[in-house]
Amino acid sequence: MAHAHTVKRHTGIMDWLTTVDHKKIGILYMLAGGIFFLVGGLEAILIRLQLMYPQSEVVSAQTYNELITMHGTTMIFLAAMPMLFGFMNAVIPLQIGARDVAYPFVNALGFWTFFFGGLLLNISFFVGTVPDAGWTMYAPLSGTTHTEHFGTDYYVIGLQIAGIGTLIGGINFLVTIINMRAPGMTFMRMPMFTWATFITSALILFAFPALTVGLAALMFDRLFNGNFFDPSAGGNVVLWEHIFWIFGHPEVYILILPAFGIISEVVSTFSRKRLFGYSSMVFATILIGFLGFMVWAHHMFTTGLGPIANALFSVATMLIAVPTGIKIFNWLFTLWGGSIKFTVANLFAIGFIPTFVMGGVTGVMLSVAPADYQYHDSYFVVAHFHYVIVGGLIMGIFAGLHYWWPKMFGRMLSEKLGLWTFWTFYIGFHLTFFVQHFLGLLGMPRRIWQYLDGMGLNELNFISTIGALLMGVGTILLVINIIITNSKPKTASNDPWEDGRTLEWTIPSPAPEYNFAQTPLVRAYDAWWEEKMEGNTKMTPVEPIGPIHMPSPSILPFFMGLGLFIAGFGFMYAREFGTVSLVIGIAGLAITFICMGLRSWIDDHGFHIEEEEILKDQGVKA
Amino acid sequence: MKRFAPLMALLVLVLSACGREDLSALNPQGPVAQEQLDLMKISILIMSIVVVVVFAISIFVLIRFRRRKGDNKIPKQVEGSHKLEVIWTLIPIILLVVLAIPTLKTVFSLSKDYSEDPNALQVIVTAHQYWWEFEYPELGIKTAQELVVPTDKVISIQAKTEDVLHSFWIPSLAGKIDTNPDGNVNKMYFEAPNAGVYQGKCAELCGPSHGLMDFKVKAVEPSSFERWQIAMTDTAELPSDPELAKTFESQCLTCHAVGEYGGSTFPNLTGIASRESVAGILINVEEGEKEYKHEDTVYNNLYKWIKDPEAVKPGNHMSGQYTLTDDEVAGIAEYLSTLTLDFE
Repeated sequence: MAHAHTVKRHTGIMDWLTTVDHKKIGILYMLAGGIFFLVGGLEAILIRLQLMYPQSEVVSAQTYNELITMHGTTMIFLAAMPMLFGFMNAVIPLQIGARDVAYPFVNALGFWTFFFGGLLLNISFFVGTVPDAGWTMYAPLSGTTHTEHFGTDYYVIGLQIAGIGTLIGGINFLVTIINMRAPGMTFMRMPMFTWATFITSALILFAFPALTVGLAALMFDRLFNGNFFDPSAGGNVVLWEHIFWIFGHPEVYILILPAFGIISEVVSTFSRKRLFGYSSMVFATILIGFLGFMVWAHHMFTTGLGPIANALFSVATMLIAVPTGIKIFNWLFTLWGGSIKFTVANLFAIGFIPTFVMGGVTGVMLSVAPADYQYHDSYFVVAHFHYVIVGGLIMGIFAGLHYWWPKMFGRMLSEKLGLWTFWTFYIGFHLTFFVQHFLGLLGMPRRIWQYLDGMGLNELNFISTIGALLMGVGTILLVINIIITNSKPKTASNDPWEDGRTLEWTIPSPAPEYNFAQTPLVRAYDAWWEEKMEGNTKMTPVEPIGPIHMPSPSILPFFMGLGLFIAGFGFMYAREFGTVSLVIGIAGLAITFICMGLRSWIDDHGFHIEEEEILKDQGVKA
Repeated sequence: MKRFAPLMALLVLVLSACGREDLSALNPQGPVAQEQLDLMKISILIMSIVVVVVFAISIFVLIRFRRRKGDNKIPKQVEGSHKLEVIWTLIPIILLVVLAIPTLKTVFSLSKDYSEDPNALQVIVTAHQYWWEFEYPELGIKTAQELVVPTDKVISIQAKTEDVLHSFWIPSLAGKIDTNPDGNVNKMYFEAPNAGVYQGKCAELCGPSHGLMDFKVKAVEPSSFERWQIAMTDTAELPSDPELAKTFESQCLTCHAVGEYGGSTFPNLTGIASRESVAGILINVEEGEKEYKHEDTVYNNLYKWIKDPEAVKPGNHMSGQYTLTDDEVAGIAEYLSTLTLDFE
């Protein structure tokens, strides 16, 4: 053959370290995100154990603040976002009929920077100086004057490194979705999850730079005696609040929109119906994404911005309820008239709808600024955002896990164990967080280490802790389910749910390295469903079977992440260890830059998967 | 949806209780908190409509359209419905307008500035890790941990912080306002028409003892308030034992003040024994009435606090700032527990 480039195809651990295959990167994201999810969950359990009884001392006040800070940071940045990126990686190229993402190398780099950033953040536990100023890191508490130890530095540098991964991941998916859709897949034929990923990626593109700037400014304050947020030197602490929430509010939608996408896919599949009002769903998603940038100051109603700002942000926030309502009713009317099958994936999706509505209505309540003076920073807010993030996002992720597991691994998760997971988690969730609305209204501020006895808060806190333990049981059951399933043979068919509607269900489970032996022709929205309805057993290909060009694996992304990790440590401890530490920091950066150089100077032509191999995969004699 | 039944029952139970008069936002004791509760009620009412509609449709759909065994029919593929789309776009907009109008009205009414009003009582609130300083600029009084106010006046608050962000919150009287550093003063007001003691909270994470940074608002009759002012500005007495007085001066008065003596960087101790609590968190009760861990007599609370402040409020700035023998701690606690004000 004419394709002379031979590239070593690694096996074992080297395969995972060097892979640029979106499916494997998706699994890596899932695995790392899943582990961080368990860590964050453990932190949550410890928090609830401390609050189980009044004035208890299960953990110290300092440890408690470390736990709440790390719980929030871990769950948002290291568990939820990576798991969503896991889904995007595992599913998006398959849904749009592509063979990989636009920039496979960058994709791997995104994973490794996230991974090393998250690792750096969590190493703080072993070093003993843990971030403790809340996941919002409000200045001046997070500044060197009030936090002398290295906790904030771990947060700033860990998130900065992890943030690089998120930003380039977002850009990657924007480019992928714009450029790599199969012939015939117009924008208005894209599956809803693809749309949600597209909008989310746009939000990442605009929101993460704000975080990057904020973190860089805080880093300068801490490492180089900058004064951005130091009031004694003319800095402004309200500025940090603005920067943080200009990023932080869109972040909420970055998290929830992909979950919306997952729910749309699952609900539509298991009710055997086309998504009701597809175009208005797309429009609502775009509108939510847009409005998401206009409402950040509703996190700051009590900051003292004045009545005009509070009035404007109140109304802007209320507006978001309209597109969100559109989505809720569209899901309900997708179910309406359908043939609903209660798989575990669908239970999570259906459970999501009323739960998310409850989180949504408390969101509207919170938008009423004068009432927010009461809710703000109380347990009411804690209840609200857990309803949208756990009841919304995590339910969406769990639905997606059960739904796409066969496509990712070729095995079906046990439905029986899944049912147990669902009910323990779901009941546990409502027990934990429903009562917290009332705790807040009864006068319990959030982030408090102890509450006094005899304040009428004991019973509700106890119930909340029991609920949290139940959620823990549900999560453990899911882990057991995954472990058991992993030891079973790969028997899942192309379309294991039999009601698949989108392109990922037209190819083997798990998908071969090249995804589609022949790029499919997309003739309608719900492309695979339409073909099935016309009696076809496969998509119409747009090309003959032939050699497929693939990107070659590379270890460079791993080392680029590792370099940043080393650099982060070096610069962080320069405050204490001086030059030695600084040299280590520079050496770390050098590793990253050298890798970048190697990537630029060495030509990489990729390699080809030959026709014989593809035919062999398909069980046809070459 | 049966799983919600116990939760709903609980909701009814809790709503009927509404929590403590001195702590709950659901049990307002002043017009500001009342106005805020009214808004909550409007929003809960409107939102209940939404919840009921969604839950009803959910339950109906899940029962009516579940796939029965052996049922393999393909449902009709519906693209959407313009009429329905318009309905569930317009109705929420109408509901939101209904909610937005009182919201905007209250945003502006609660932002009313009383800081120049001669009929209002001016109070400058300064938050510290982990205590509250209350200054009455017109009266020349500075106190800590306990905000004494008359029942007949609007209390005009100007809030700021000396160190990190805190948030000033008296749930049963008024919603919170953050305390910002560096001359960025926030204003709010509240009224406390019913005499009584109300619990105040810090609502912004400010360090390890954030959850312990409580304060009290004591609303008293106007005549009592007059007498409180006089008592606060009365001359103070130092410990009668000269040895103890010397220790007290060198170890305590460098930071704290009693009457005209001492410094002002940390809580003013004038009339400390008349306060509801020591350090904002150790509640003073009569001998034999101790019910909870954080309650004790004034003397015991003072002793406990001075002996080891770190054990009461981790990370506070008093720990390790002085050296006192157990006898001296007892003597100072004894002395402080005599600093009462007769005004109620």
